[in-house]
Amino acid sequence: MNRRRNRWTGLVYVAPALAFVVAFVLWPLCHLLYLSLTSTSLLGGGDFIGFDNYSRALTDKSFWRAMVFTLTYTAYLTPVLLVLNLALALLVSRNTPLRRVTRTVVFLPVVIGLAASSLLWYWLFDQQVGLFNKLLVDVGILHEPLIWFKKATTGQLAVMISVVWKVVGFGMILMVAGIQAIGQDIIEASRIDGASALLRVRRIIIPLAARSILLATLISAIGSMLAFDQFYLMTGGGPRGQSFTTVYWIYQNSFVRFELGYGSALSVILMVIITSGTALQLWLTRKGVRP
Amino acid sequence: MTVALRPPIRPRRIRRGEYLTAAICVALIIIMLWPLVMSFFASIKTPPEAATPPPSYLPHTFSFENYHSIITYHAGLATYVGNSLAVAGLTIIFCLALSVPAGYGLARFNIPGKEIIFLILLASMMLPFQALLVPIYLMFAKIGLTASKVGLAILHTILQLPFSVYLMRNSFEAVPKEMEEAAVVDGATSLFALRRIFLPLVMPGMVTVALFAFITSWNEFLGALILMNTETSFTVPIMMTGVITGQFGSVNWGGLQASVIISILPCLLVYLLLQRYYISGLLSGAVK
Repeated sequence: MNRRRNRWTGLVYVAPALAFVVAFVLWPLCHLLYLSLTSTSLLGGGDFIGFDNYSRALTDKSFWRAMVFTLTYTAYLTPVLLVLNLALALLVSRNTPLRRVTRTVVFLPVVIGLAASSLLWYWLFDQQVGLFNKLLVDVGILHEPLIWFKKATTGQLAVMISVVWKVVGFGMILMVAGIQAIGQDIIEASRIDGASALLRVRRIIIPLAARSILLATLISAIGSMLAFDQFYLMTGGGPRGQSFTTVYWIYQNSFVRFELGYGSALSVILMVIITSGTALQLWLTRKGVRP
Repeated sequence: MTVALRPPIRPRRIRRGEYLTAAICVALIIIMLWPLVMSFFASIKTPPEAATPPPSYLPHTFSFENYHSIITYHAGLATYVGNSLAVAGLTIIFCLALSVPAGYGLARFNIPGKEIIFLILLASMMLPFQALLVPIYLMFAKIGLTASKVGLAILHTILQLPFSVYLMRNSFEAVPKEMEEAAVVDGATSLFALRRIFLPLVMPGMVTVALFAFITSWNEFLGALILMNTETSFTVPIMMTGVITGQFGSVNWGGLQASVIISILPCLLVYLLLQRYYISGLLSGAVK
């Protein structure tokens, strides 16, 4: 094939996807940056106001409370998931029929929607008809059904329990792949050398599967930083606005109060934070987690 | 042979460990399935039984009333499921139509500035789409794509495209060079080579792209909440938020669980049928 023709033909194939990204990602991105410098709202406005939105964001206590809340949520959830993911992966990484079934079942909730799982758990946690509450009372952990969403701490705990159930299989599968890539001969050799299971995990499996462990952790941390569905559906931001996440607060400003300009400025701040995290994720991915 | 190499004490310890592992696995299976089973049981109780404290684990009576209440809910379940399926179908079409040629171009041609193009295509993965919702909403409002299946499908394609392009590029790269060269020697055009040689070989990649597009689109919540702002345009996840607040301020618990089951079922079916594609897609990296 003629080399030059080859080059331009290739570009023709890529053009539609490129046009799509320019129209629906890069252009909105530019528009977002511009909007963040205006007083645009669905009720009028739209004047250029420079960096006023950003200085307002700096002093907006509710925004920073939402940011701190999201960070706390991430800081609690990420290590819990890391430990559970790794423990599960170590448990089921070998290929036996029972382990395969366990993998499939633990992964099941990953494919269902976060909205569906949040509403399912919202019901399980209900103080009157919730069966999780009843179960905790029946096994003696609670004396009487707890009103989980009355207090911010228990509300957040309830959300975390539901999210752990929903996403734990995801990190598990990534780590299983990382562990399986190590190669049975290395593990077998250490076993023959008499290394204990704990030593094997600490000295061989964790270091050699480090990249997939890191990747799974990073993906779950980014997911937590962008949390919305579970809080919107389970706590509604309450009680007394104590469980608004960053995305929820942006939604609230942009689409409930219709302050689109201000919402855009908050979006830009969020984007800077998340993009640095995702860039790291992509860099890790491109180096590959595959065997 | 390996057994003979182990110290004599090993076999018994390993067997005991194996029993423990099996017990933990079974416990895990029960814990993970319990919420789904309870939800299903609640959905087949009678509405009063599902809403009366104290609750029971097992249904005393069997009834389809909860499903009936969802089927006839507001605009009717058929409308909402129809919307969700149409948006998911369009998302699959958009993702494949864009990512198959893009993957072909990136993997098989010396495009000028290839690295930069690839980065631009992946850029939308680095940007959280949640942050782009304001400008996208304004754009769609201007061109009439709010409360539109096409509009929501475009939004879902934004979410899925980077993964799809990445996956298709890898699929095309995995095709041996000889297969293509044979066609080129025969004087085939690049389009002919794509259709006759590559497409059958990258079919598994396309199935994976379609599978992820379906699951993402069927489940996506925030974008649908913002864009689908008329009752008849709701998708299933948005419909569910309405079911919570039943008549007279009371919660329609049985109906809610029926809608949860309805929303979960397609995902479970698709996943169990196409698990191999799902896991391989997930592991090929670039996961959102």
